[in-house]
Amino acid sequence: MSEVMGLKAKLGLDVFKEDNEFHIKIKEGQAKDVRLKKAILVCPAGLYSETENGEVVISVDGCLECGTCLLACGTELLEWQYPSGGSGVQFRFG
Amino acid sequence: MESQSNEKFDAIIVGGGLAGLAAAYTMASTGLEVLVLERGDYCGSKNVTGGRLYLNPIRELFPDLWKKAPLERYIAHEEVCIMGKERSLTIRYDGSELNQEPYQSYSILRGKFDKWLAKQAERKGAILVTKSRVDDLIIENGKVMGVMAGGDELRANVVIACDGVLSFVAQRAGLRKPAQPKNFAVGFKEIIELDRGVLENRFNLEGDEGAARLFMGDASAGKFGGGFLYTNKESISLGIVVGIDALTEETPEIKAPELLDKFKQRPEILKLIKGGETVEYSAHVIPEGGLKAMGKLYGDGILVAGDAAGFSMNIGVTVRGMEYAMASGYYAAQAVIEAKKQNDFTQTGLATYETLLKNSFVMQDFNSFKESLEVLEYPRLFQHYPELAGNIMKDLYEVPAGPKAKLFPTIKKYMSMREMWSMVQLGRRMMKI
Repeated sequence: MSEVMGLKAKLGLDVFKEDNEFHIKIKEGQAKDVRLKKAILVCPAGLYSETENGEVVISVDGCLECGTCLLACGTELLEWQYPSGGSGVQFRFG
Repeated sequence: MESQSNEKFDAIIVGGGLAGLAAAYTMASTGLEVLVLERGDYCGSKNVTGGRLYLNPIRELFPDLWKKAPLERYIAHEEVCIMGKERSLTIRYDGSELNQEPYQSYSILRGKFDKWLAKQAERKGAILVTKSRVDDLIIENGKVMGVMAGGDELRANVVIACDGVLSFVAQRAGLRKPAQPKNFAVGFKEIIELDRGVLENRFNLEGDEGAARLFMGDASAGKFGGGFLYTNKESISLGIVVGIDALTEETPEIKAPELLDKFKQRPEILKLIKGGETVEYSAHVIPEGGLKAMGKLYGDGILVAGDAAGFSMNIGVTVRGMEYAMASGYYAAQAVIEAKKQNDFTQTGLATYETLLKNSFVMQDFNSFKESLEVLEYPRLFQHYPELAGNIMKDLYEVPAGPKAKLFPTIKKYMSMREMWSMVQLGRRMMKI
């Protein structure tokens, strides 16, 4: 639990600008696909988690826009685009 | 953004990172009309490096650029740390050439560097539009004619895809090979601020000297990858790079962010970051597939440069991408300049790009190191050998309560026939790079 808190605090240091839509979505009917569990392991921002009924869910707030989940899971499972211009993470140091 | 449908640019560059800005700077310097579309608030806002930039291969391509560039520290000290679970062996290299001008490499921060480079390109006459995401290409009769961005139709003789490792633009143009996770790694890092004096003391640095440290073995929990540390002027870049497949296919199963947390808890690292304050957390994907994973680099009305083209390379001792990005941007620009002279922006007219790359360090490096990924993706290298190295050192240095064993037998006991044979095999692998 403390690790999760640590990650949230870390992401809290970054500058994010809100988008008017979710730029990553799990495709309909795919939330229980086991291959989606890869996203839980690979996401550096820890945005993916599994619910009690075995569905993988994503909360896009805090997305670092790296694309790791897309590469691990593919377009069959994820609908993925960059946030619209001027929104999303804005790295100050990078 | 106002519609500019009447205007046709010589080139539209998708993405204001190093490849895109290098291309814009080069083309604008010769008077071409160039539009750069950057989806972030400013150039650099979506970019991440480990990171260091090696100047030698690209110094002459941009002779006027370096004097005032916002570089952090020149790297004067190189270290590789082989980490076992409870011990580590560090090799430090200091060489007089690392301390002589012109310096070989610098630590940099992309938020500062790209923003500055964008200004230089604008000064040469390039038009930069930020907060603009390219949504689609305009393709007519199989030729790329421009882009769609925020509902606007923007036309150009050539589009240069510099939109990074995922390159949706190159994909849309049909130039990209299907992405396989084994050809990509993910890097994530913290920027940790430290008082300048403390930092220089801690890393034994004088003036603008900097240090670079790579960590292999337990740093990435024995997975294909490793840890890295670079000193900036008043901060440390500390992070992990790990193969995407290594995260999902290799044991132990561990979440990516936890790798960095564990790495930071290592006593070797704790001491280095003590008292520091983390001010940013970032992540980025790195194309590591090399030549074998590369798609087509150009088509009718389009060129691909930088990470979008897969120009990044891990050969163990160095992980490089930014020089390839800037050089490929430069050569893409040269190809457009040449195509304009001939007024031929088809695949044939743009083929100069490939020739220029082939005659440069870019494709020569990618040819030399085309086996690199397969050679390095060898679990023993990240699990067994770091433990072995640590154990041998432990026994060599140990003075027990009783008598100390003779040195040769101490080492020999680790060198079974099986071990020696596997080292020969490792040697054979390594000969390919």
